[in-house]
Amino acid sequence: MEKNKTRFRGIASGLTKNKRRNLLLSMIAIIALTVFLHFTEQGATVGSYEVRVLNLCAVYAVLALSMNLINGFTGQFSLGTAGFMAIGAYTTSLLIMPVSVKAKVFYLEPIVPWLENVHWEGNFGLFGALLVAGLITAVAAFIIGFPVLRLKGDYLAIATLGFSEIIRIVFTNTQSVTNGSTGIKSIPNTANIWWTFGVMAFFVVFMLRLMKTSYGRAFKCIRDDEVAAESMGISLFKHKMLSFVISGFMAGVGGGLMASVLGAITPLLFRFILAYDILLIVVLGGMGSITGSIVGAFLITTAKEWLRWLDAGFNIGPIKVPQIAGLRMVVFSALLMLVILFYRRGLFGNKEFSWDGMFRLIKNAPKRVAAWFKPKPKGGGAK
Amino acid sequence: MALFWQNVANGLTVGSLYALVAIGYTMVYGILRLINFAHGDIFMMAMYFAFFAISIFYIPWYIAIILVLVATMLLGMLIEKTAYAPIRNAPRISLLISSIGVSYLLENLATVLFTGVPRQFPSIGSLQNSLVIGGVTIQQLAIYTPVVMLILVALLLTLINKTKTGMAMRAVSKDFETAKLMGVNINRTISSTFAIGSMLAAVGAIMWGQKYPQIQPYIGVMPGLKCFIAAVIGGIGNIKGAVVGGLLLGMLEIMIVYAQPGLSGYKDAFAFVALILVLLIRPTGLFGEKVTDKV
Amino acid sequence: MKKTLTLVMALLLTLALVLTGCGGNANGGATPEPVTPTDSGTDPAPVETGDDDVIKVGIFEPLTGANAAGGQMELEGIKVAHSLVGEVLGKKIVLVEMDNKSDDVEAVTAAERLVNSEKVDIVVGSWGSSVCIAAGDTFMNAKVPAIGTSCTNPLVTLDNPYYFRVCYLDDFQGTLLANFAKQEGYKTAAVITDVSDTYAIGLKKYFVDAFGAENIVAEAQFNKGDQDFTAQITSVMAANPEVIFAPSGYAEAGLMMKQAADLGYNILFLGADTWETEVMFEVGGVATENCRFTTFFDADAAPTPESTQFLTAYEAMFGGKPKGAVTALGYDAYMVAIAAIEKAGTTDGEALQKALTELDVTGVTGRCVFDENGDAVKNQAIIKTVQDGGFKYISTVVVD
Repeated sequence: MEKNKTRFRGIASGLTKNKRRNLLLSMIAIIALTVFLHFTEQGATVGSYEVRVLNLCAVYAVLALSMNLINGFTGQFSLGTAGFMAIGAYTTSLLIMPVSVKAKVFYLEPIVPWLENVHWEGNFGLFGALLVAGLITAVAAFIIGFPVLRLKGDYLAIATLGFSEIIRIVFTNTQSVTNGSTGIKSIPNTANIWWTFGVMAFFVVFMLRLMKTSYGRAFKCIRDDEVAAESMGISLFKHKMLSFVISGFMAGVGGGLMASVLGAITPLLFRFILAYDILLIVVLGGMGSITGSIVGAFLITTAKEWLRWLDAGFNIGPIKVPQIAGLRMVVFSALLMLVILFYRRGLFGNKEFSWDGMFRLIKNAPKRVAAWFKPKPKGGGAK
Repeated sequence: MALFWQNVANGLTVGSLYALVAIGYTMVYGILRLINFAHGDIFMMAMYFAFFAISIFYIPWYIAIILVLVATMLLGMLIEKTAYAPIRNAPRISLLISSIGVSYLLENLATVLFTGVPRQFPSIGSLQNSLVIGGVTIQQLAIYTPVVMLILVALLLTLINKTKTGMAMRAVSKDFETAKLMGVNINRTISSTFAIGSMLAAVGAIMWGQKYPQIQPYIGVMPGLKCFIAAVIGGIGNIKGAVVGGLLLGMLEIMIVYAQPGLSGYKDAFAFVALILVLLIRPTGLFGEKVTDKV
Repeated sequence: MKKTLTLVMALLLTLALVLTGCGGNANGGATPEPVTPTDSGTDPAPVETGDDDVIKVGIFEPLTGANAAGGQMELEGIKVAHSLVGEVLGKKIVLVEMDNKSDDVEAVTAAERLVNSEKVDIVVGSWGSSVCIAAGDTFMNAKVPAIGTSCTNPLVTLDNPYYFRVCYLDDFQGTLLANFAKQEGYKTAAVITDVSDTYAIGLKKYFVDAFGAENIVAEAQFNKGDQDFTAQITSVMAANPEVIFAPSGYAEAGLMMKQAADLGYNILFLGADTWETEVMFEVGGVATENCRFTTFFDADAAPTPESTQFLTAYEAMFGGKPKGAVTALGYDAYMVAIAAIEKAGTTDGEALQKALTELDVTGVTGRCVFDENGDAVKNQAIIKTVQDGGFKYISTVVVD
């Protein structure tokens, strides 16, 4: 705190012109976003469909950050996100559901007594529930991490995927706790746009700070070269575990938010395919880029919705394309393949957004465009 | 006692089907170090090819099988050329993600092309008939599957160990760059690896379809996952390992339900538990070779 | 190569944008202009249609993803119905297809899109309960009534006055099947359930309650996606049941009966309405002749004017017979929606909701009246089996 204060005082005097400009721009952006969110919450800017998509974007951004931390920043290929989300989503739902609704929803088998009369109401309730969801998921990640983090690469990916499926199958079978395959409905929609964007903003700031600490640097070091990292005295297991647990916490909170946004969950929602969806966001944005995860989440979630016109039949000039159900998903997956193949490092690589970078980009844009149309130098082919 | 042996017979039937599909997985992994997540979907496409050849175009099954094998082989090569070859030098995780992308694309494509309504897999010859031996009922299929599997394993081992292409494959699996320097045509070798891997998926699909005659766009997901687990248990990259892994997994699944019917809802979870246990105790599987990291 | 591709991709995207007239707006831009509903495949209707010109019926179905088969079959039924009744209150009816991808997350956005962007007047669908449960609140908040097709879970209509459904409920069918089994003189039963399918566990509960838990000699479960049931069959057969109750999807049912026959067991299988899908006996072959299941619709035995009309129109549109029973449910759900609009005389949500509660129509699947929950009150069911590669009527069971 002290340190922050002194730095803060320095803003007025000791900044360069660029830094002052950047600060100003950041503040304007934050204020603009807040104003936008305010009016959106009031229903003044966009319809409830768009709000729904925005909410989902923010939740996916949180999940992408969680996956990016372990995959992109620490280089440990984990596919367990769906399972962690399930833990978070069920914890949150069971905590914030009203008692009377629980009795109705658990119609096949009554809910276990120790959950029967739990009801955490309102915003404070959701806050507590998300916190507990995150913590329980973090504990689960800790327990799972002990055995699996000894594995590497492909093997780690399969083992985490396996755990994720085990969690889902267990949730399917524990009728009196999770209501089995019937799922849970009427989860209070407490999580509005302030919640989703607030949690997203919190985790963005958290990640930015984390990456500046020695832990963050150790994560990246492990990603770049495990052997070198170890020889420099970085405890591999400790740091991998830390990253895995934090990632689990975020996935748990993200899952909880998703449950509250959706209002209903079933175990089938948390199939391992869900982890693929998030992985694609991370890859599109760029492994190891916080900005990338956010942009990727917004792009993919909106693109999926935007591409819906493909399903409905359309005209390309004189050619009529009839209604083909599912064309949207084909085009979507084809676009994803193109990104995977030709923008392997994603939109942002492992870089972050900065105002300086943006101005540089704008300045260089004419040159870059011109370069496209110039004849290619012979004998390229360098990768 | 008859009940026990019936379960053993059931386990062997399922296990040999797992083993058959697992060989394809392991073959691709062993040479390219790539977990081909799209293998299950190539398997699905092969089932559709067979369906169209036999049920729609009425091609006799012995010709149809050859056509299906060729078509699947071409599909595998096409996938390799478009989705894997351009990023061959990228980190392995990129390849893995690309294979997830291919799987996604194939499933969605199949939904549009063939609709989601399940189809019936055409039955071939008299494989469906059952025999009763000492109170244990065995389908003829259960006898043919291991035979087909063993023939394939023998062919595959000969190919890899005795032929020039096989030698090239082994060279590629050891070291890309060196193999290239030694004059191995990398592109052709990898292409043929994929061709063979996909063909194995097609053989697996045909046998699988005899036992479980149902085709829909997501039919490859579960077999893909299970056979992958089988391959890992046996030691991915090792052909004999895949056979043993497949048989073990099949037996395990059946025997757990036999011993504890109350746990049958958790059947799929046991496959994953077995996978994780094997990975923890012997990370490279039962028959896998130890790989050390190069600095 | 790479740059050319980038260019091509950029061009394609721009083209796509131009074609649809500016789409995605969720990134902060405040352009609530919806993507047009595009019925351009069928006729050049005006692009921006107000509520006055047409009546929009939203189709909320899984057209891709794991349940695509069910959604596609129901969509056929809806299209057939639409081809027969294309107008109500003197206005043209436009179908707005919305794929919920068999995915709860997509389902909610698809529902939002239907009611808030496309501004449909009434919704038909969906196959499978979980997507309906997830989307239910959206329809309720927007006061747009939804007619469920084959979502049998009690939670769909629970606390939701705007969700109705034309299908059977789990308790009705489960009880009916148990009574049927008892009438036929069966004393003991085994149950094999798809534990990941809420339809199956619901049916199982009511079957067991009505048949008597003490008469259930063995139980086993499986998970969606399983194809091998030999272990389950062998283990329940060890307890010598007289009949196996196997609530499950049609494809699983076919596989299960085939495997039981391959293992040499000759036992009667009992199931419910999902089984009336041709794939069931195509997959299971002759083994499925040893089954009985409840259903709501019989194409051969007792032709009603409705069923004749439905079958003729289906034949004309798609050729042959419907592939599954749910096609008839899609047809009925659409007809119920139109009847409600007609009765209400308006497309106002509250008026439609009220009209639906008072509605009494006869569809292909029988008379349809909604109770206070919005569930169709049905009092009769048909028992069928498979014979010579077709479904065969056995008897009609009436429950009081």
